[in-house]
Parts: sequence; C-alpha cells; structure tokens
Amino acid sequence: MSAISTTSSGTMPARASARAAKRTGLPYTALGILFLAIMLFPVYWMVNASLQPNGTTIQATWFPIHPDFSGYGTALAQQGQNLGTSLIVALGSVVLSLAIAAPAAYALSHFTVRGTNIVLFAILISQMIPGIVVANALYTAYNDLGLLNTIGGLILADSSHGVPFAILIIRAFMGSLPSSIIEAGRVDGAGHVRVFWSIVLPVSRNALITAGLFTFLFAWSDFLFALTLTTTDAVRPVTLGLYQYIGSYVTDWSSVMATAVLASLPAVVLLLVAQKFVAAGTSTGAVK
Amino acid sequence: MTTTTTTTRAPVRRAASVGSGRPHGGPPSARRRRERLYQWLFLVPASVYLVLFFGYPVVKNLIMSFQDYGTATFYTGEAPWVGFDNYAKVLGSTIFTTAALNTALFTAGSIVGQFVIGLGLAVFFRKKFPLSGVLRSLLLLPWLIPLIASGAVWKWILDKDSGALNQFLEALHLVPNGVPWLTSTQLALVAVVGVNVWIGIPFNVTILYGGLQDIPDELYEAAALDGATGWRSFWNITWPMLRPVVNVVLVLGVVYTLKVLDIILALTGGGPANASQTIATESYALSFEQFRFGEGSALGNILVLISLVFALFYLRASRRGVED
Repeated sequence: MSAISTTSSGTMPARASARAAKRTGLPYTALGILFLAIMLFPVYWMVNASLQPNGTTIQATWFPIHPDFSGYGTALAQQGQNLGTSLIVALGSVVLSLAIAAPAAYALSHFTVRGTNIVLFAILISQMIPGIVVANALYTAYNDLGLLNTIGGLILADSSHGVPFAILIIRAFMGSLPSSIIEAGRVDGAGHVRVFWSIVLPVSRNALITAGLFTFLFAWSDFLFALTLTTTDAVRPVTLGLYQYIGSYVTDWSSVMATAVLASLPAVVLLLVAQKFVAAGTSTGAVK
Repeated sequence: MTTTTTTTRAPVRRAASVGSGRPHGGPPSARRRRERLYQWLFLVPASVYLVLFFGYPVVKNLIMSFQDYGTATFYTGEAPWVGFDNYAKVLGSTIFTTAALNTALFTAGSIVGQFVIGLGLAVFFRKKFPLSGVLRSLLLLPWLIPLIASGAVWKWILDKDSGALNQFLEALHLVPNGVPWLTSTQLALVAVVGVNVWIGIPFNVTILYGGLQDIPDELYEAAALDGATGWRSFWNITWPMLRPVVNVVLVLGVVYTLKVLDIILALTGGGPANASQTIATESYALSFEQFRFGEGSALGNILVLISLVFALFYLRASRRGVED
C-alpha cells in the first residue's frame, strides 16, 4: 500500500506544492511516530528484555545498555527443536493450503458451476466456527486415527486457518484477470488443467505468494491446535513451548522473551522484506 | 495488458462458435456435462477439506453434546446418550453466568476500544505526510506476531512487582504501589480487554483505512467550498460513506472476538477465580482440563449459536458490500 502512495505522490505534477505539503506534514509525522512508539512499545520491551542478563531481570533497565545474548542461548537450547517443528508445520501448511485453495479460487472466480455459491457460503460460515469447537471434535477423531502428536495432524489442522483466507485472497486476484486470457487458451485447445497450470497460476504469482506468506504466519502462530492436539513432548510447536514457559512461575524472563522474539521473527521478516506482496494482496480489491 | 486487449477480439469470436457446438464433439448436453464435471474437479479438494475440518467438527460437536463423553469414553469407546443433560449442567452451573457476562464485556470492551482507536488512526493516516506509509505498515506488527508471544510480553509488562506498566505509573506517582493487573478479580478482565484492544487495532486501521481511500477527494473539496471541514466533514461525508465498511469491521470483530482463547489463556488462564473466564475458555477447560467433552461441546455449541446470530448480520452486511 505504501508503494502505491509513493508512486502517486511521485507522479504529482506540481512539485512545489508537494514540497509544501511535506513541510506542513512534519508535525503529523512526529505525531505518527509517537503513536507508533506507544503501539510498538511491547515489541520493543520484548527485545529489550531478551537482551538482559540471564535470570536477573526482575528490575530490567529501560535500554539494553550491555546487551547479553545468554537468553538466546538458553532459548535455542531449550526451544530449538520446537522452532524446527513450527517451521516444518508452517511450511507444510503453506503447501497444503495453496494446493487446495488455488484450484478452488480459479473455479470460484471463472466458472459458473452451481456449487460455487455453496462453497463461498461455507467459507464465510467457517469463519464463525470457534477454534475450540473444531479442536474438540478433532481431538476425538485424531485419537481414533492416531494423528495426535504428529506433524501431519498439525499441518492438516493448522491449514484450517489458511485455506479459507487463501481461497478468498487468490479468488479476488483471479477475478480481476480478464476472461479473454482463459478463453484464448481454451480455444487454442488447452484443457482446463493446462490453462490453469500454465496461464492462470503464473499470472497469479503475487497473489499466491501473498496467500502463502499469510498461511505460513497463521500456521506458525497457531496455538490452539498445538495445545489440544499434542499431548507429549515429541511434537511441540514453539507457541506451546512459550505457553509452558509462562504457565509456570517465571524466574528467567530473558530466555522467555528471547523465545518470544524468535517466535515473532517470521512476522517481522514478512513486514520488512515481503511488504511488496502484502501490498499486492491487500490492494487487489481496490485496483479493480 | 495491451497484448491481451489486442488478442481479445479473435478468440471471442471463435469462442462463440465453440459455444454453438463443434461438429465432432458429441451431443452438446453430454459435452456440457463433461465440462461441468471438469469444472467441479477444481472445487473438490477445497470442498473435501471444508467438510472434514469445519463441517465434521460442527456435526461431531453436536452429537457429543448429547452424550456422556468423558475420560471413560477413551478407554471403553462408549458414550451413552444423555439427552439435554450436558446443556442443563452447563447452563445451570454458576460459572456459566460469569462466563457469559465476561464474554459480553470482553467482546463489547474490545470492539469499542479497537474500533474507536482504529478509526482515529485510520483518519489520521489519511492525511498524506512524510513516512505515513512506512509508519502505517509498521503498525501491523502487533497483529502479525503470534498471540502467544504478545501474551508473554504483556504478562510481564503487567506483572505486579516488576512490570513495566507499574514501574511507569509509580514513577509518575499515579498509583501508590504495585497494581495487581492480572491477579485481582476486579482488574483481570480489564487488563485482558486492554491487551486485546492492542492486538485488534491494526486490523481495524487496515480495513477502515482501505474504506477511507475509496471516498473520492472531490467530495471533501466540494464540502470544503461549502465551509464543511473538520468534524462537520467527518460526520457529513466520512461517516455515511464509510458505513458499509464499518458494518463489516464491527460484525467481523464481534465474531472473531467471541472465540478469542489464546490471549486469555496466556495472560490469566481465565482466573483469578474465573474473573476473566469466557465461554470459549470455559469450553476449553471442560474438555481439555477436566475431560468432560460432552459438556465442553455443549458450551461450544452455545458459542456457535451466538456467533451464528452475528453471522446473519455479517452476511447481510457483506452481501450489501458485494452488490455495491
């Protein structure tokens, strides 16, 4: 979104007035930074606390003047395996969600089959179903199927965060594709699968990346299914590791906060590196 | 874009001839049926997934809520039918009244806080100023980091003895000594609402800002000529034009807030003495801490019912949005 605003101000013809607007805008910038500082204080505090010396963070200083990385050492030693589990589950959920969502999004945006409305309705309704209801039923089913404490079980369950979202965001993009592209491919003799695979998917690259990034975050951040569908240490996402840290009396805040920082890294990376794709996804609706 | 528009014409004409029936493609109805089948295949994976991971849980939950589904069931496989016993137990317990009231307060408090602050920030960011885009995208951070990580840091910020909030307030002499934010029965719900507001602000800003962008500048310019600026332009232009988006934000907000579980479990676990227990957390506690799955699912179904009422509002609001 920021990309759009910068380009629009860049193409503004009257450069002098733009410069004047910039000067009058500075108080707003100051105010904006103040708002942001308040909003992001907890994030700062997380980083600050993670850099305090181990164990003795009862009275943390407001700035990490002498940064101490031992909290991260402890965090990696105790939660390293859990971070790996989270990574595998999140990546698996991305693959599964996109494989399910992309064909559905194509059908929902370009076919007029009778079932499309039912599927869309089901997606909307799915947003109303509390996670605890899903977890309740999945626990008993997973227990029978032997899917408790498995990576596969978590990937399947975690994708329930990503699949509806991915369908909606990819559908919004594919809906903006001119149907002439598809008709051209069809007339040239390509089947639906060929058209989908070699025309629609490559053109929809940005929407797929956006959906994939968010699906990753959803699965990475999942807590409810990690909490309910695992019962042993064998498969333990980092969110659950963190919950167990803070569930007991905490004496060593620096390693807890270091774990929180590590668990938050994907979100930060997404925001800083992949901002273009986030903007591409959120502005598709506005573009058409 | 230009290449597609130039190639458009010929294919369209050819596509029309295809529609009228190719000579060697078999009878049109059979071909159309095969075409339908192919199109359906694209929807099959998503349909199967939605049925298994949303449809099945709802049905299974409904069945379980009429059964005595407890620890024994996992050993014997038997879950006797008990009619409406689970509902009677759940609705009759003293915790239900507390949890229902807490759910209402939690939802209302969160929505009002998120929406008012979110709308204020969205209007603020509508003014183009240096760095506004960067600041607005950084604002998304609280929304994107895992709830349990936010919960962990807030738990420490709100800590009675060494928390940053109390240190700050004490330094300003606003409070005499450590405020027990998370351990007092009077303050726990307030604290949890506060943290949930913090989490929800970015979502509200993003959607409302998008809605504000769709209001044409000419409207404001015309109003300014008539002397309407500031609050008057907000009430006469911004608010009426934004109403459809506001409806969607509020109803989605309610539906999402009703089922919040992570942040409450992380901060207070529903305590102290059920002071921050909601229907969602109590349903979790019944099923996964006391292994009374029958009662847990009965309570879960009550939550679904409440959500569905708001879902009707949502569908009406979103249909209006789609049709526009």
